[in-house]
Order: sequence, then structure tokens, then C-alpha cells
Amino acid sequence: MPKTRVGVFVCHCGNNIGGVVRVPEVVEYARTLPNVACVEDNLYTCSEEGLSSIREQIAEHGLNRVVVASCTPRTHEPLFREACEQAGLNKYLFEFVNIREHCSWVHMHDPAMATQKAKELVRMGVAKARFLEPQEEFESSVFPAALVIGGGVAGMTAALGLANQGIQVHLVERDQELGGLIREVRTLFPAGQATEEVLQPLAEQVRNHRQITVHLGSEVEDVGGFIGDFDVAVKADGQVNNLKVGAVIVATGAEELKPTGLYRYSELGNVVTQLEFEERFKRGADVPRDVVIINCVGARIPERTYCGRFCCTTAIKNAIWIKEREPEASVFVLHRDVMAYGVQIEESYRRAMELGVRFLRYDPENPPQILGDGRAEAVRVQHQLMGKEIVLPAELVVLTTPLVARDDNPRLSKMLKVPLGGEGFFLEAHLKLRPIEFSTDGVYVCGSARYPANIPESVSQAYASAAKASIPIREGVVRAEAITALCDERTCSACGNCVEVCPFGAVELQEGRFGRTAQVNPAQCKGCGCCVAACPSGAMQQSGFNDRQLLSMIGALAEEMTGGVGE
Amino acid sequence: MSNRSVVVVGGGIAGIQASIDLANMGFRVYLVEQTPSIGGRMAQLDKTFPTNDCSMCILAPKMIECAGHENVELLTYSELAEVRGTEDDFKVTVRRKPRYVDLTRCTGCGDCTEKCPRRVPDEFNVGLGKRKAIYLPFPQAVPRKVTIDEEACLYLTKGRCRVCEEVCQAGAIDFEQQEEILELEVGALLLATGFDPFDPASLEEYGYGKIENVITGLEYERLICASGPTGGHLERPSDGKVPGAVAFIQCVGSRDVNYKPYCSSVCCMHATKEAILANEHYPDLKSFIFYTDMRAVGKQFQEYIIRARDEYDVSYVRSRPGKITVDEETSNPIVWYDETVYSEAGDPVRRVTSLEVDLVVLCQALVPHTDHQEMAQKLGLELDESGFIAIEDRLFHPVDTSVAGVFACGFCQGPQDIPDSVIQASAAAARVAEILSLEDRELEHA
Ligand SMILES: Cc1cc2nc3c(=O)[nH]c(=O)nc-3n(C[C@H](O)[C@H](O)[C@H](O)COP(=O)(O)OP(=O)(O)OC[C@H]3O[C@@H](n4cnc5c(N)ncnc54)[C@H](O)[C@@H]3O)c2cc1C
Ligand SMILES: Cc1cc2nc3c(=O)[nH]c(=O)nc-3n(C[C@H](O)[C@H](O)[C@H](O)COP(=O)(O)OP(=O)(O)OC[C@H]3O[C@@H](n4cnc5c(N)ncnc54)[C@H](O)[C@@H]3O)c2cc1C
Ligand code: SF4
Ligand code: SF4
Repeated sequence: MPKTRVGVFVCHCGNNIGGVVRVPEVVEYARTLPNVACVEDNLYTCSEEGLSSIREQIAEHGLNRVVVASCTPRTHEPLFREACEQAGLNKYLFEFVNIREHCSWVHMHDPAMATQKAKELVRMGVAKARFLEPQEEFESSVFPAALVIGGGVAGMTAALGLANQGIQVHLVERDQELGGLIREVRTLFPAGQATEEVLQPLAEQVRNHRQITVHLGSEVEDVGGFIGDFDVAVKADGQVNNLKVGAVIVATGAEELKPTGLYRYSELGNVVTQLEFEERFKRGADVPRDVVIINCVGARIPERTYCGRFCCTTAIKNAIWIKEREPEASVFVLHRDVMAYGVQIEESYRRAMELGVRFLRYDPENPPQILGDGRAEAVRVQHQLMGKEIVLPAELVVLTTPLVARDDNPRLSKMLKVPLGGEGFFLEAHLKLRPIEFSTDGVYVCGSARYPANIPESVSQAYASAAKASIPIREGVVRAEAITALCDERTCSACGNCVEVCPFGAVELQEGRFGRTAQVNPAQCKGCGCCVAACPSGAMQQSGFNDRQLLSMIGALAEEMTGGVGE
Repeated sequence: MSNRSVVVVGGGIAGIQASIDLANMGFRVYLVEQTPSIGGRMAQLDKTFPTNDCSMCILAPKMIECAGHENVELLTYSELAEVRGTEDDFKVTVRRKPRYVDLTRCTGCGDCTEKCPRRVPDEFNVGLGKRKAIYLPFPQAVPRKVTIDEEACLYLTKGRCRVCEEVCQAGAIDFEQQEEILELEVGALLLATGFDPFDPASLEEYGYGKIENVITGLEYERLICASGPTGGHLERPSDGKVPGAVAFIQCVGSRDVNYKPYCSSVCCMHATKEAILANEHYPDLKSFIFYTDMRAVGKQFQEYIIRARDEYDVSYVRSRPGKITVDEETSNPIVWYDETVYSEAGDPVRRVTSLEVDLVVLCQALVPHTDHQEMAQKLGLELDESGFIAIEDRLFHPVDTSVAGVFACGFCQGPQDIPDSVIQASAAAARVAEILSLEDRELEHA
């Protein structure tokens, strides 16, 4: 083992650091630290001048560890690591000390303390650097095919999005037909086409695409492996078919809530849901004259707090449809808020009002009541503006219910090691910035499997998931973090805590040389360190942050405080 | 082999996400942003609904990832000058405005900004603070390079000063810099030019611009933000006092056929967020949100409203105020509105009533970016009646514009929040990949 030779570079960052921290003092101090072979200060270590100086000093002093004390690793660590690499030093032998954000910025009004803190942080950085080890990044290849589960509009679009990029796709649909929920829908918002007119050409395109294999009447039985290398068992007619894919897209949709027990649904024949209403008129029934639509049935209530997002749109669409066919019809929409967000939905809300559809707000504490024996004849509702009850005649009552998560989501969620949210829909990695990804790499979600979404939104999500899934496939390889967890099999007690806490499903208990122990799959591990913290035996260690490295930092901090001397 | 380069116009969250996805797919991306930094409107927000993550904290890593990507070339402070050609073969001329700063030398240290004697209103803080003539638009700007505002700079307007040149240790100031014209050949264009806030002064009844303590939503975001002009202290304009009661007025200019007929989609939620944040900062602060419909339709949004009501003392009042007046003595705005919900205790007639508060926030309509019309003309693009980029087949091609090979995502094609903008951005990237990947172009018509 060659002697450890640490180089320390302290940055002034113009005035950003140098204006508060007395950089020359920090430099002099760093020279006194063990194993430090060279120290210099730079006006900007990140400038081309600073970077080439790092490279030169590595060569000149035979440095095998580099510490830069400067602004922030967030933006600058990659830069300094690259400089090390260019000089032939493994980039994991680099350590960052943040003396801008941790010193000059937060202690702007106390230069002496800021300087003192900078020295201490440098001492800790150097202590850790002495124990750094070179790391290799793990690379694995990606099987050039994708699995799409669910053949509704989202699944079909995702399949086409990938196939048109030249990627092989397996589309697994449980039913005997493609199309999903909208097969039962009569006409489509916003343009009003009959569903078949648009659904048929889309399904045709999917069926005829030579890059797409459609598995109808099929279900996914089991999924193993990880990004780039998933093994999938698909079952159809009792036969199991094994597929290999590099990425998986979940597009299993959702179903309309059947509001049993609410508003005498299923007791009265003329109280139906929106979907039943659409189906009925697909088959060409007579348009009714007096219709009352009740919104938020089974939605936005304590047991089911969420809003169905587009069910208001469906109510508006169907109200307009009745009025256009039967201008004399009386159509009331009883609602709590009309969710006509954006341009098109608001426009159709206005059009509905122009056509004479009446929108009336009801109070969920005092909901409408269905009157009638054997069939609904009228609806009684509290008119909030007039402050009294009114009775609306009803030949038909249509209940607007939200989409609800499918029953077998939990099964799929376990199989794919991806989470579900409280409402039972699939839970994305980040609500805002990673809306169709999971924290598990290589698995994506789109359409109403994620949350109720109309077709434009489902299709956008489907394309988005195709974009994400195509990235590893186009690249052909995935590179994993080098800073991963590692289990020392000799001390592992196989308690399984690590398996429980890993958010990425990267740890498993497996038989090995020392019996049953935890094993980390480096391709899945993101180096978050949860398992390391959870391990009661100290068997789980994280490279780059192992006990020895961290304790050396704490030791370096404590030694001065307790008046001890360096090694 | 098709052209594998793409121009993305607009560096907000939508343009950034689309660029990262395209770059990761192996395309060469030119990201054209008009202002000196990418980031867009999201950079100006304090927190984001419905989880209250700090906007900048989640945006900054994306900005850095985008700018640092080997396949992305950032063209900030630049604009489209001309576009010729068709899908797969566009010739795009980009005009790069002079910054008078050598980007290869500037380290963003800020020494020049400190010494620059000229102060002008700061657009990042929506005019609530001042910036210098040589400036970094905000601390996390990407690229972290300064720009000289040629309309404000004393040397460039009056011929005297050059202080920045003297203090710059990196020798980055270059007063000789000229406008640059770049010719790019690309296969597709992706538009993500976002929105501008509608100026609520035209709704005279609300007194914006006349009543000091009536501000807009975007102004409020800057006031409550730790990096804003008041360091995150909610100081009302008239006297710097922290308000005890705040009224938010929804649909200001939105859902109004006299102004913007559409729903701006994000304001019910941002008002709720802003009311929550105010109460987090000042637990005694009470908010009133005057709304028509509380459009909380996204994942976790209803739950957010419930929390606002139950935990953060937010009252939702269903009414569209007719007028705002001011108490001259206290400078408190008074909101006049119709009671629309019959209360059992009161008489069964709707009454006009009023509420005196310390601060009013107008949640103004959000409109397509001002320069958007000109850009559409250059591209021969159709716009919809409200001026957003028209989408021909909303159902199955929700990011395709009227021109083949040109896609649109985010707020420029219709009001939407951050998650939806991010989704559309990735969707648009997928569409580009589809049309430019088809080795066998027959497939598309199969
Ligand atoms: C009454 C009503 C009217 C509507 N009207 C409109 C409208 O006018 N305009 C509009 O834009 N939107 C409308 N919608 C919304 C539209 O239905 C949804 O946007 C759309 O269905 C979402 O598509 P999806 O592919 O995500 O899900 P789905 O359509 O639900 O498709 C999911 C598919 O996955 C399959 N599947 C499920 N689980 C599995 C499994 N484990 N393995 C294999 N396959 C599985 C299902 O069989 C199904 O085929 C309406 C919805 C309703 C209820
Ligand atoms: C007060 C307020 C609060 C909000 N709070 C939230 C929230 O909490 N959560 C949430 O999800 N959403 C929120 N939003 C909405 C959010 O801001 C938008 O959804 C989001 O910014 C849209 O991103 P974008 O990229 O489409 O547009 P923008 O952010 O507007 O970005 C567009 C970019 O394009 C550039 N550009 C424009 N024209 C050109 C041109 N011709 N050439 C070159 N560049 C050009 C602009 O300079 C800008 O950088 C809020 C909005 C407001 C007004
Ligand atoms: S979209 Fe559905 S759940 Fe939401 S308000 Fe409308 S009807 Fe109720
Ligand atoms: S010339 Fe003067 S005004 Fe202009 S940027 Fe430099 S210091 Fe500022």
C-alpha cells in the first residue's frame, strides 16, 4: 500500500468565501494535518486554472487523495472528480468540504468563527479522505424490449410510442379486447366523436404493428429482476409464457365506482351511473325529458376524500348531449364545485349553461333526496341561494361517481415492488417532478392507474412513460451508483430490517457462503443508506460512508475539542 | 437517417424536463431561453402545492442536470429569429443577445454586482425589489453568469462608468460583445414558452395599482419566499406591517368573458398554498379565500384543502367580490361581496356584506407568454381563441401542434400545473423520438 498523500485545495470563490473566511489561515492550518502532502489556495478552484492546478499537483506530489474546500458539492463535485480522473486518480478518492454554505454564508457576520469552523471541516475532510477507497461503477446491459400491462388508451399509446421508436413491446391485456373503459363510453369529450370512430383505428394500429405483440386474455403472473433485465411470466388460458424485458409500464386503469347504497342506486331502475347512462344511449334508447344529475357521489367524502377530476366533465358532456337532442328537456346538475379546469372544459361548462342546463350547488351535509316508489320520480334538494327546499321532477337520475382503484392493484404492486397511495392508486416517485416514475428504476405508470385522468391526460402520461422507458433501452446499458450498500455476510444476523426499509427493493435475504444473509443488488441500490442505519449488527456498510470513514471524521472533530493531539 | 437535433424553446420546468429527456434519449438539444437563466416561473415560487416542497430546492438540481448534460447546449438570453423548412429538416436561426460578459470567464462571484451603481426594478421579484444593471437574476441562476442590462447600464446608455470592468478579477466584462446569429439544423422543435401573469389593473373595481395593500399572487410568492425582497417576512406594501387577515380573490380576469374566458387551473391551489404558508409563518394569521368553484382536482389536492381549512385557519367563502375599497386611515382593503350561501341563522335573502382585511391577494389570470404570438407567426402555428398554442387532436395527440414536427408542452398550450407540465414535456420528447427514430417511415402510416 503506497503512503497516503492528501492534497488540499482551498477556494476563495472570489469574495464569496474569501470575504469572510480567512483563507490563508485555513491553508496554513491544513499543512499541519496528518498525511497532507500539499496545500494551495485558488481564487476559483473551479476555473480552468484551478482545475489544471489540481491535475498538476496530483502528478507533482504523487497525490492519492484530493480534498477541495469550496462552495457546494451539488454543482461542483462532478467537476472536481473529473479533474482527478483526468489525472489518473479514481474519482472516489476525492472529498468535498463545503466552506461556503457551511461557513462564509451562514456565519457571514462572524469571520473568526467562520474561519475556525472552516478549519475544523477541513480537518474532518482530510481525516475521512485518508480512508477513502477507489470505487467502480456497476454497469449492466438492458434487454431491448418493454412490457406494457393494460390495453386501454394509456397502454395502447405507450406501446405505440415505444414501438414507433423501433422498440419491441409486449402488451398484456386481461380482457379479450383492447380499449379498456372507454369501450363503454358513447361519445368523447372534447370533440364529441363516437368512441368507435377513434378507438377502432387506434386498436388496429396496435394490433398491426410489427414491433408489438398483443397478449389478449392474459395476466402478468410474476415479475422478477430489475431495470434492464426483468423476467416476466404471462399467463393465458392456463399456459405460462416467459418473457424478458428491460422496462415495464403499468397502464391498468381504474373502474367506475358503483355507488351501492347511495341515492337508492340498485334499488331503483332509473337511478344509474354515468357509465351506465352512456352505455344505454349507445344502444339508442329514447332521450329522457327530465334528468337530474348528482355529482360527487361517493367522492370528496370522509371515506373517499379525493376528487374524480374529470367526472364533472362527464356530467357536463352528458348534460349537453341530452339538451342537444331534446332541447325541451329539463336537465339539472346538482354539484359541490364544478371542476371545469382549463380552456376546453370551462368552455363546455359555459355552453351547457347556454343550452339551459341548470347547475345547482348542494351541501354535502344535507344531500339531495330521491323521491318515488319503485322508481325515482323526483329529487328534493336544498337550494342554497334561495334558502329553501325545491323538488325537481326526474324521469332519470344519473349519479356521477369517481374512478376507483382496481382490486388487484395490491397484487401488482407487490410483484413490481412499487407502492400504492392511500386511495389505492399507484404512487409515483415524486408528485411534482417524477409524476410517472417510481423510485424503483425501470418501472413506470400512466393513465388512470395513477389517478383518474381523462384521455388527453392519460395519453400524455402514456407518451411520457414511453419516453422514460425508452431511455435505458436506447442506451443499451444502465450505470448504477458506485456509492452502494454492502453487507458483511460474516456479521449479518439475517434479521431482515434492511429488506424492510429499502425503498428500492434492492436488498434480499439469500443463501450464501455464510448461510442466509442480506445481499444488496448493486444495480438497484441507490446508496440512500437506509439499510445501513437500520442494521443492528453493523453488517451493512455503505461504500464512501463506511463506519471507519465516518468515525474518523467524528474523531477528528472530537480530538481538538477534548484537547487531544493528532495521530 | 433523420436529423437527430432538436430546438427546445423556453427554459421553464417544461422546457428543462423535455431537454433532459431528449438528451437522455441521445438527441442533441439546443435549449433557447429568452432570459439570462433557465428556470421559468417555477424559480419564482416559494413552495409548491400539494406537498409544500420548496420550489427552488427541487428545481435547482433539474436546472443543473439539464445544463450539465453533454447533449444539451444552453442558449440563454437568446430568441428564435427565423424558422424555415419542414419536419425532419428545419433551419432555425437563433439570435443571441449580447450580455457584455464573456461566459467562459465569468465565475458568477458577484463582485461587479456589488459595485455597480445603477439600480433598476428587479423582474425576478416582480418589481418588488431592485437589482443592479449587471446582475445575476437569482442566486441559483443557471448559467451562474452575470448579464449587463444594456438599457440600464450607465456606460452603455450614457458612456460613463465601467466600474464592473475594473472590479472583475476574471476579466470577464466585454463591452465590445455583439449580437450573435446562430444557424441550427434540426429535425423538430419543441415549444415550452409558458405564461405571463395577466395585469389585473384593468379590473378597476379591485383597485390594483391604486390600493397599496392589494397585490397579485406572484408578488405574494416573492414576499413569502426566504430569498425574496423581504427575506420571507410577509410585510404589506403600505407600512411593512405583518397582516393579521389576508383575503385571496380567485378568478381575477379568469372565467370572465370580458377578459379571459378560461379557467387558469392553478390559482385555486396556489391560493390555498399561499394561505397555508402565511399561517405557517404567523400562526395567528387568518386567510379568507373568495372563490366560485374550488378546483382542486389533482392527486392529494382535496386533502390539501381539508388541511388548509382544519389546520391552517383558512376560510373558503363562495363569492365573487364585486369591489374592493380602502380604509384611508388604516390602509386596510375592504372586500365587498354577495353572500351566496343561505345561512340558517340569517334572513333568507342574499345580502351584500364586507370584510376588512390587512392585505388582499388577487389571483390573477395567467395568459400565454407575451411574445408568443410573434413566435407562432414565425412558425406558421395556429393559436386557439385564448391565444394558447392550438392542439389539433387533443385526445390522441395532446402535444402535437398544427405544424408537423413542432410540438408544444406546458402552460403555453393550456393552463396546467407543474406535474402536468412535466408530464407533457416528457410526452413531447417521446413524440420527437417517435418521428425522428422511424428508420422505416412507412410504419407511421401502417
Ligand atoms: C362514464 C365515463 C365517461 C368518460 N368520458 C370520457 C370522455 O368523454 N373523454 C375523455 O377524455 N375521457 C373520458 N372518460 C375517461 C376515460 O375513460 C379514461 O381517461 C381512460 O379510460 C383511461 O385509460 P386507461 O388506459 O388509463 O385505463 P382503462 O381504460 O381502465 O384501461 C385499463 C386496461 O387495463 C386492463 N387491465 C387492468 N388490470 C390488468 C391486469 N392486471 N393485467 C392485464 N390487463 C389489465 C383493463 O382490462 C383495461 O383494458 C370517461 C370515463 C367514464 C367513467
Ligand atoms: C402565483 C403562482 C403560484 C404557482 N404555484 C404553483 C405550485 O405551487 N405548484 C404547481 O404545480 N404550479 C404552480 N404554479 C403554476 C406553475 O408556475 C406552472 O405550472 C409552470 O411554471 C409552467 O411551466 P412552463 O415551463 O410551462 O412555463 P414557465 O415557467 O412560464 O416557463 C417558460 C419559459 O419560457 C421562456 N420563454 C417564453 N417565451 C420565450 C421565447 N419566445 N423564446 C425563448 N424563451 C421564451 C420564459 O422566459 C420562461 O423561462 C403557480 C403559478 C403562479 C402564477
Ligand atoms: S370531478 Fe367528480 S369528484 Fe370532482 S367535483 Fe366533479 S363530480 Fe365531484
Ligand atoms: S458599466 Fe457601470 S452601470 Fe454598467 S454594468 Fe458596469 S458598473 Fe454597472
